[in-house]
Amino acid sequence: MSAREAILSALRASRTEVVAAPAHPAPVKQGDPVVRFMESVKAVGGQAYRVADDAALAAGMAGLPVWSAQRRASLVPGIDGTVDLEAVADPHELADLDVAAIPGEVAVAENGAVWVKGESLGPHRAVFVIPEHLVLVVRAADVVNDMQEAYGRITLPRPGYGLFISGPSKTADIEQSLVIGAHGARSCAVFVVG
Amino acid sequence: MIHHHPEKAKLFVLDDERAHWHDKALWFMRVKRDRAAATVPEWEQLRTAAEGIKLHTLSRLADYLEEFERKATANGIQVHWARDGEEHNRIVHGILEKRGVKKMVKSKSMLTEECHLNPYLEARGIEVVDTDLGERIVQLAGEPPSHIVMPAIHRKKEEIGELFHEKLGTPKGLSDPTLLTERAREHLREKFLQAEAGLTGVNFGIAETGGFVVVTNEGNADMGTTLPPVHIASMGIEKVIPRLADLGVFLRLLARSATGQPVSSYTTHFHAPLPGGELHLVIVDNGRTEMLSEAHRRKALCCIRCGACLNTCPVYRRSGGYSYSYLIPGPIGSVLGPHRDLAGHASLPFASSLCGSCTDVCPVKVDLHHQLLALRQEAGEEKLLPFGKRMGMKLASFVMARPALFRAGGKVARWVLRVAPGLARVGPGAVWLRGRELPEPPAESFADLYDREMNGKPEVKP
Repeated sequence: MSAREAILSALRASRTEVVAAPAHPAPVKQGDPVVRFMESVKAVGGQAYRVADDAALAAGMAGLPVWSAQRRASLVPGIDGTVDLEAVADPHELADLDVAAIPGEVAVAENGAVWVKGESLGPHRAVFVIPEHLVLVVRAADVVNDMQEAYGRITLPRPGYGLFISGPSKTADIEQSLVIGAHGARSCAVFVVG
Repeated sequence: MIHHHPEKAKLFVLDDERAHWHDKALWFMRVKRDRAAATVPEWEQLRTAAEGIKLHTLSRLADYLEEFERKATANGIQVHWARDGEEHNRIVHGILEKRGVKKMVKSKSMLTEECHLNPYLEARGIEVVDTDLGERIVQLAGEPPSHIVMPAIHRKKEEIGELFHEKLGTPKGLSDPTLLTERAREHLREKFLQAEAGLTGVNFGIAETGGFVVVTNEGNADMGTTLPPVHIASMGIEKVIPRLADLGVFLRLLARSATGQPVSSYTTHFHAPLPGGELHLVIVDNGRTEMLSEAHRRKALCCIRCGACLNTCPVYRRSGGYSYSYLIPGPIGSVLGPHRDLAGHASLPFASSLCGSCTDVCPVKVDLHHQLLALRQEAGEEKLLPFGKRMGMKLASFVMARPALFRAGGKVARWVLRVAPGLARVGPGAVWLRGRELPEPPAESFADLYDREMNGKPEVKP
């Protein structure tokens, strides 16, 4: 008998009465989602900026100190970088990337998380974690109250990959002292457009 | 007996200053958890829903695992099944060997600790680097994790500085957490860039979509799965949940319970390999089906490994992770260990005050302190208690079954406590009295008081 059959048949042999799946509770809405989202981003160690439109976004990005670095990659339409990700054959070549700007699809007020779908990462998934700094761009209309609402909006089209990013990379593994910049981005700026 | 919890705990508390430091560090996490939970008005309903989803899934686990496998395979994920740790290790090694992998990076996975994967691979010439900072610290020190979320919680920053000096060549005397983390970042970045494969655990497998979720704060799982072309994920059978939307419930609970954060920094959903790469998923039983077959043990498999029960436990906080004989310490480990091997972990159900705090903070409502109590009874029935405790229990049940004897015994005890309190410390109660103050002996027993107040009997003069 294969391991698969052994495990499944052992489970079926012991199967008891099926317990019904419960309904999910309805979350209580707490204040203006965009305001709350910006507070949450700051609370998780990021910076949050609200801009009126794409022109203001471009101006805001230009004024961001990390965006003046040498090697920048942008996946945000209308924002230009200095590194052409399509021309990079191997993600290891991104090891010296200074900063990446990535568009988010959904933003979550309760925890500052931004959902980034795989196709927004371009040809290399590593682009969100390997650079020194990260800039995320979301639309105000895409801010939802909580994770339950977020999952109502998330789809998983090809390439079958996606993630929530909430603030910069961090650790508290040494005496619980919070240190920003463990393995991934050392800073995470989030622009809310609209 | 080397793994007797009280014996190990005794060594831990010898260093009084460190014991208090450890206690405070964990209580700090508990306080953060409370604050985070209080920001969610529907917290209790979320716990109930999370428990219900887990119990529902476990009651149909074979169906959900099949659905998960079918959809995952359609997504291009290669699914493997392992009956036990040995089979899991063999499968992982086979995948690595086929591609000539000599260097692998690994993010946190308690399952691979359970399977003893690292020594298995190292014995076969493969370098395995744990990349979670806490895990890397304990790996460099040659120790197992002492906490499931904060593996190096027992180590002071000066000791970590010394360890890094010795193993990574950092300047002597470094103890600033920011500087130490920076050195670890440089050291591990090199390892990430050299790795030919990355291994991760799995926080949730989603039957509906055939993908899985891995959660980290450091981004180490992400570095390890976006650079090397081969990703292997190890998952216990109990990690599957029915629907993508169920994550909305679990992710609202997980990080808040674990570290008091509203969510972890990176919550990555894997539904396909890297373009041109390979994604393997190893589904592991290793004793879980057996635990599922018994109704009273099943609930322990709802655990989502947040560590909240460790942080709140007065015994864990004051005895440290290494006092526990099972690889997962604290209340959940004291349930899981004895469920697997009661004789091997017979002291663990007693490593609890049964205060119930673990049950109260558990995000999926595992009835931890009830299970610990039931395991004590089981240990008693299996004659696994030490001689003193066994005799003490026998004596207690003999006396308590005989009211007259009980009353007389009480009288004697009150008299002894008054005239020669030192005697109590040499009798069979001596062990229990170690480190405890003796109470003032009451003038009368509760039964005397009751008789006097309710039945008008005269006061008993001592």
